Amino acid sequence: MQTEQLTTFVQSLVPRALPGVSKQYPEFIILADKIHEVAKTLRENPETNMDYLFCLTAVDRNDGFHMVYHLTSSTFHHTLVLRVILPDKVNPVIITVSDIWRAAEYFEREVFDLFGIRFENHPDMRRLFLEDDWVGYPLRKDYKDSFTLER
Amino acid sequence: MGVDIKSIPYDDFKDNETLEELRKSGAPVWLSTLDSIVNWGRSNSVWPLTFATSCCGIEMMAAGAPRHDFARFGIEVYRASPRQADVIVVAGTIVRKMVPVLKRLYDQMADPKYVIAMGACAVSGGPFYYNSYSVVRGVDQVIPVDVYIPGCPPRPEALLYGVMQLQRKIQMKTLTGQNDVEPTPSLDPSTEDKSRFIMPEGAPEQTTEECKPSN
Repeated sequence: MQTEQLTTFVQSLVPRALPGVSKQYPEFIILADKIHEVAKTLRENPETNMDYLFCLTAVDRNDGFHMVYHLTSSTFHHTLVLRVILPDKVNPVIITVSDIWRAAEYFEREVFDLFGIRFENHPDMRRLFLEDDWVGYPLRKDYKDSFTLER
Repeated sequence: MGVDIKSIPYDDFKDNETLEELRKSGAPVWLSTLDSIVNWGRSNSVWPLTFATSCCGIEMMAAGAPRHDFARFGIEVYRASPRQADVIVVAGTIVRKMVPVLKRLYDQMADPKYVIAMGACAVSGGPFYYNSYSVVRGVDQVIPVDVYIPGCPPRPEALLYGVMQLQRKIQMKTLTGQNDVEPTPSLDPSTEDKSRFIMPEGAPEQTTEECKPSN
C-alpha cells in the first residue's frame, strides 16, 4: 500500500485517530484500549500484513508516557507508526502486543525495566537488563538514586 | 604504502621521573643480575586477556593486527583464559552489572598481573561520568590500575605507548620488592565519598582487600 492508502485504512479503522508528529512515517495517536485491536487487524489483514514490529519503545513526556510502535511489512515494505499516550505517570498500564508479535515480548520487558510501564497479559513480566532487586525505573525523568551524579 | 608512526622522542619517553629515580637506589649485585633476567622475560612477554567491552576494543584489535602489530613489543598473544594472562586491558565502558565479572577475572589472573585502563570510560567513566545510572566512574574503583591511556578511543599508537610504559614499570621490579611502584590502589570506601561508589543502597558492603595487589 502507498502511504495515502495506509493512512485512509487506519482512519477507517480508528476514526478518531489523531495524526502524529513523525515526518518519516505515517503516524497515528490512538487510545490505549484500541491498540490491541488495531494491531491485530494490521497484522492479520492481507492488504496491510504488518508482520514485523521493528521497534517498540516508550518516551517520558510531560503529558504522560508515550508508547511508540513501529510496524512494517516484509511483503509490502510499508511502514506505520502507532503512538499511545498513557497519562498515568506513576503506575502506567497497557495491554501487551506480545501475542501478536513475539518480538514484543522482549521489547516490553525492556520498557518495563527502564520506564516501569506494566503490560497486561504479558507472559513473563520481569526486568530484562537490570537486577531484579533494582529500585526504580532509570529512564523516567523523575528517577533519582544515590549513584548518579547530575549535571 | 605504510603508516608513518612517529617515533617517540627518547627524552619524552623517559620523562617519568619516578621510574628513573628508582634505578639509582641500587641493589645487591647478584640479585640485580637475577632481577634483570626475570624482568627481561616478564616485560617482553606480556600476554593480554581477551577483554573488551566497547569501541576501545576495536582499537585494541587494530593494535594487534598487522598494521600496528604490537607483538613487535612482546605484548604478544591474546589469552581467552585469565589464568594464562598477565595483563588485563580494560578497553571500554564498565557498567555496574559488569563489575563482579571484571573483579572475578582480575582475581583469577595469576601473579604478577597488571591492569591497563584504556580509554576515557575505563579511566574515569568518560562521557558517562554525569547523568548515568549504570556506568562505573573509572575502573580504578574496582581493580588497581598500572597504566592509564586517555583517549576516546585511544589510537593504537597510544596503546603501544601505554604498553611500553607498562614494560618499563615491569623492568623496575626487584625480587626484594624495594623498587616497586604500587599501582593506583582501589579507593577505600570507608574514607571516600560513598556516593561515588558503585554499590546501590542496601547492597552488602564490599571489601577492596581481596583485589589489592599481592606482589
